[in-house]
Amino acid sequence: MESAKIENERKGKNMKNKARLILRALAVLTGAAFVLGAGFPAVAQGQEKLKVGIIHIGSVHDAGYNQAHSEGVQAMKKNLPNVEVIQVENVPEGADAERVMENMIKQGAKLIIPASFGYLDPALKVAKKYPEVKFVHPGGYKLAPNLGTYWASTPEAFYLAGIAAGKTTKTNKAGYVVALPISFFLANVNAFHLGARSVNPKFETRVVFMGTFLDAPKEAIAAGALLDMGVDVLGVIVDSPITVVQAAEKRGAYSVGYHYLGAQKFAPKGWISGIAFTWGELYTRFAKSVMDGTWKSEGLFGNLTSDYLTIAPFGPAVPADAVKLVNDTKKEFIAAKKNVFQGPLKDNKGVERVKAGEAFPLQAIGKMDWLVEGVIGQPK
Amino acid sequence: MSEILLISILSGAILSGTPLLYATLSEMIGERAGIVNLGLEGIMLVGAVAGFVTTVKTGNHALGVVAAALAGALFNMIFAFLVLSRKANQLASGLALMFCGVGLSALLGAPFIGSRIEGLGTIRIPLLSDTRFLGRAFFHYDILVYLTIPTAVVVWWFLFKTRWGLSLRAIGENPTAAYAAGRNPHLLQYQVLFIAGLLGGIAGAHLSLALAHTWAEWMTAGRGFFAVALVIFAKWHPLRAIAGALLFGGAISLQLQMQAQGVPVSSFLLDMLPYVLSLVVLMIWSGARRSAVPGSLGRVFQGTE
Repeated sequence: MESAKIENERKGKNMKNKARLILRALAVLTGAAFVLGAGFPAVAQGQEKLKVGIIHIGSVHDAGYNQAHSEGVQAMKKNLPNVEVIQVENVPEGADAERVMENMIKQGAKLIIPASFGYLDPALKVAKKYPEVKFVHPGGYKLAPNLGTYWASTPEAFYLAGIAAGKTTKTNKAGYVVALPISFFLANVNAFHLGARSVNPKFETRVVFMGTFLDAPKEAIAAGALLDMGVDVLGVIVDSPITVVQAAEKRGAYSVGYHYLGAQKFAPKGWISGIAFTWGELYTRFAKSVMDGTWKSEGLFGNLTSDYLTIAPFGPAVPADAVKLVNDTKKEFIAAKKNVFQGPLKDNKGVERVKAGEAFPLQAIGKMDWLVEGVIGQPK
Repeated sequence: MSEILLISILSGAILSGTPLLYATLSEMIGERAGIVNLGLEGIMLVGAVAGFVTTVKTGNHALGVVAAALAGALFNMIFAFLVLSRKANQLASGLALMFCGVGLSALLGAPFIGSRIEGLGTIRIPLLSDTRFLGRAFFHYDILVYLTIPTAVVVWWFLFKTRWGLSLRAIGENPTAAYAAGRNPHLLQYQVLFIAGLLGGIAGAHLSLALAHTWAEWMTAGRGFFAVALVIFAKWHPLRAIAGALLFGGAISLQLQMQAQGVPVSSFLLDMLPYVLSLVVLMIWSGARRSAVPGSLGRVFQGTE
């Protein structure tokens, strides 16, 4: 049954690929028409043009991960009228991603944004083949002469959201719906919990893992299970926060979003805050540097001072003193006067993980395979 | 186990079991008439997207459910045409229908991802909903949940208590004999597949309108195939399907609640629970009472010439 399912999914992908091929052919045609029709005046004015290609793993209207990237390139286009964007959604990781990227390059793209972690290997392959094209990849750990990487360290932001949640909750309990128990997500949940505990010593956080990034009906059941346990704050780390945030709103609970600022519209009353990526300015800098030839391959790892990591506006439920505390703590983080994972810290099985006087470095969160004391859940 | 915990697991079981039950009934009536439909996943997806889009456009959830059911039924007519009129292989046609449904629903749903709907409303039943345990465990659901058991009973009644059901089961066992007895197998099978499509569409509507409140590509996530297994679990009996759907819905709900409780078992293992359960059930039951399988299941009725 299960293996048949996998086989079916594979066949389903092939089917989708065919549809995508047709779409791509259409995209090429429209691209060609565009060049013939509108391309000439721009050349005549002598302005430099840049084509930027971006591929997404899901839909750009998911109010989550993909929409954040998509709105980033839209903002870039607004900042730089000479930039053209080729955008393709729902591209599977692997050989398909390679083909789409090559197709974009053939259309004249000089900067490619493969906007999913799993596009790293396909992007490296294509980058090797086209050394004159620049690539920027989010959240990767590898560099190539023409491939740079960018992401932001999120635990500090989650800590701040935790402070707001810890001050807002009435039951002192939060629930987190998380895709998979991987280190970066564990670190985010730990940071959220520590932030909440710093203002509310009775705070507890329950974590439920989905085993997948997208199964909305299952997320709804998980949200219900957590709310039944008296949780009145729901946080979410899956691709699209819509289902969980709405489930919280419907039952009068609070919610904390991730990835995208606009998720607030799904929970206007219960919204606490969210940790969001606002890529517009960064993408503008990437495009500019490619246009003026100053682009260089580097690994950017932003933090609270970066313009691409934002704490989303606070909802009406958050008390004023919490907002002030969040802002003060943010300043402490920026001034490097405070650590998120300041020892002594025990994990939720009682094992000491960080000694008193030491701090778990944010650069090492890729190795974090434990949940901190007070978090109810299994890290493996 | 505390009362709250028990209520939570029960309501999770009922909610995740509801789309499974509609889907199982959809598959079951088709199989009773001798037709295996592996396209159920696609029907559910088309139903889910039709229901969501209609609800976004009109703001009317009832209209959304109706649209989902009709879309599922019409979509299933493609399958019916293939396997009945064109006498194509059922398994291959079913899989083709599924892929078609995945693509079609993704195409239709793309502009509506991120749209807001209220979600099917909870219907409170006077007196019953206010009782302490019963009310919270069994009477705070949407209309589609309340209709599950009546639907199963109606399906049972049609299959086993009406002439139409008798003809249908006869066709599932031996279409040639049924034809000789004056029945029109293809006409009846078309009817059955239309009704199966309605039920499959409703299963999809429950996913998008009542559970997720959103549309996402491939949001059925294999539930259509689960339903095919549940038909075997229920031994092709609609009333046993209620127990089956509840049990499998319960496995999903239980594993999530076990995680929320911090039970020291890996979430990866817990995630396997419903699938392990289906394997165990198939191992224990597949040997016994083979007679439950409709005799001509999966065979194409070639006519009588």
